Amino acid sequence: MASVQLKNVCKKYPNGYEAVKDFNLDIEDKEFIIFVGPSGCGKSTTLRMIAGLEDISSGELIIDGKVVNDVEPKDRDIAMVFQSYALYPHMTVYDNMAFSLKLKKRPKDEIDRAVREAARILDLEPLLDRKPRALSGGQRQRVAMGRAIVRNPKVFLMDEPLSNLDAKLRGQMRVEISKLHQRLGATIIYVTHDQTEAMTLGTRIVVMKDGVVQQIDTPQNLYDHPCNKFVAGFIGSPQMNMITADALEENGNVVLKFAGQSIVLNAERAKALKDGGYVGQKVILGIRPEDVHSDEESLNKFPGTVFEAEVRVYEMLGASALIYFNIGETGWVASVDASTKARTGDTVRLAMDTKKIHIFDYNTEKTIVD
Amino acid sequence: MNSSLERSRKIRTAGVYAFFIIGSVIMVFPFVWMFLTSFKTVEESMIIPPTILPQAWQGKNYSDATASLPFLSLYKNTALMIFWRVVCAVVFSSMAGYAFAKLNFKGKNILFSLVLIQMMLPSQIFITPQYQMLAKLGLTNTVFALVFPGLVSAFGTFFLRQAYLGIPDEIAEAAYLDGCNQWQTFVKVMAPLTKSSMAALAVFTAVFAYGDLMWPLIVNTDINMMTLSSGLATLRGQFSTNFPVMMAGSLLAMVPMVVLYLFFQKQFIEGVAMTGGK
Repeated sequence: MASVQLKNVCKKYPNGYEAVKDFNLDIEDKEFIIFVGPSGCGKSTTLRMIAGLEDISSGELIIDGKVVNDVEPKDRDIAMVFQSYALYPHMTVYDNMAFSLKLKKRPKDEIDRAVREAARILDLEPLLDRKPRALSGGQRQRVAMGRAIVRNPKVFLMDEPLSNLDAKLRGQMRVEISKLHQRLGATIIYVTHDQTEAMTLGTRIVVMKDGVVQQIDTPQNLYDHPCNKFVAGFIGSPQMNMITADALEENGNVVLKFAGQSIVLNAERAKALKDGGYVGQKVILGIRPEDVHSDEESLNKFPGTVFEAEVRVYEMLGASALIYFNIGETGWVASVDASTKARTGDTVRLAMDTKKIHIFDYNTEKTIVD
Repeated sequence: MNSSLERSRKIRTAGVYAFFIIGSVIMVFPFVWMFLTSFKTVEESMIIPPTILPQAWQGKNYSDATASLPFLSLYKNTALMIFWRVVCAVVFSSMAGYAFAKLNFKGKNILFSLVLIQMMLPSQIFITPQYQMLAKLGLTNTVFALVFPGLVSAFGTFFLRQAYLGIPDEIAEAAYLDGCNQWQTFVKVMAPLTKSSMAALAVFTAVFAYGDLMWPLIVNTDINMMTLSSGLATLRGQFSTNFPVMMAGSLLAMVPMVVLYLFFQKQFIEGVAMTGGK
């Protein structure tokens, strides 16, 4: 396995479009790195540059200490799993998996051993003689993984490998990939737009937008300490509630006023706003749905952040319930205890956990305090 | 209720069957007529009202046909022409189609436009220059002359390009990452995926070559270098034609195609369905 470094990597197309701008990342051996972001953010392009399927316009790609910008894909010692699996339809599962080793003219018994070992790991042994069209989506996905494993590459690249599967299978395969990572001790770079995959699989996540890296951090840090409004909104489901608020000082407290509501900030957040000169300015308030509570205990615990709202939609999820309501014109959602009595049309009292309030700069959208 | 539904369904089925039976009779009739005529005398073949069954079965027409034409040479020439035209069309069209569909090179669009233009022009306008080229090279009255216009196929290039366009780029990319060079990607991965389209093109080319009359008639005037179609055409007299002998010859000329059809029925039908050829 290997380390991968991207230094100031850019991708500019002949028509002038910049798909990736100044991408810097150090991936350590055995890391599971996730590239996540909305469609068109450049995550797949970056992966394809690492694979060698796209030229790097500027910057350096280093695998195991060697600059590989001009090295042919087959000589980079990487393997890729495609979104559509890209299995060879005219070959059996065995031949699909053996193809790269046959091209390298490896001895037959070595090829056979490698294919059967990968098939055993992925539980593909009974399917080795089948053609891809005779396999289910999940089985095809496993063959695509097998094809990569057989090569024993330095780095695995995976481009949205689970997005063609149904929700249940996706969940199962997510666990399988995680197990595989532990078992192989492989360096994996994984592209997805599914933030659940990103959060559950990655040792670190790279959040991208418009070709620019927004934040590189562990899943927990991204969730707890997003560096800006975009990351805060992108990570977490349902996404973080946000609203523009006026930061004011009243009776020695710093309060945020928005849509006829007013909440008092705790000392830490008040200090951050004062120190940053945000008092008297517009800021963006953010709070995750799971940090908005309706139970009596929370209402008593956070009296300064209590507000009232009318329930527009009530969704029961089993373990918890989602309450959708409006703050002014802005739609918010609270993830509350399933025992809540609130139903559509009711007016409820809600409170925000003061320690979990995020505040972003109105102009730069960067985090002021979280 | 149920019985009336069943009755109307039966009537509809009977109607559909009747329609197809009539269609089949219309399609088969010329062949039956050709078969029956091949056993008639010249006079009987032209009397009005015509007879359906021959008054006396004249097997002699067949010996006359084989005596007036060197059938073995005609079969051999036709087979060689079809074989090489099919091989060339499939191999070269596949390569060109792949290049136009999956590779990026300068002038690709202009070159492909030229292919399309060639498809749009009537093939007759190429006959004179092609004949002149062959005549100057001294290659008339050869098998190569018969194959020559089929060395490349604009239609085949277009047709297989479409087939390659239907294969996702990711498959070629996977092959590339697996260690294939451009040629290996084409030969080991992409070309096998267009097998059914290649078979369709082969059938289309074979049927077209078999029926091609004008070019073989122009380019090969030696009866021993003619194809079945051009050879049969020589049986047509300027003032009179011996129809029973001609029908006998035509039936003999049909035999290889019928045998081929019996072996490759599935590919023939797929070929006709995919190319819209006949």
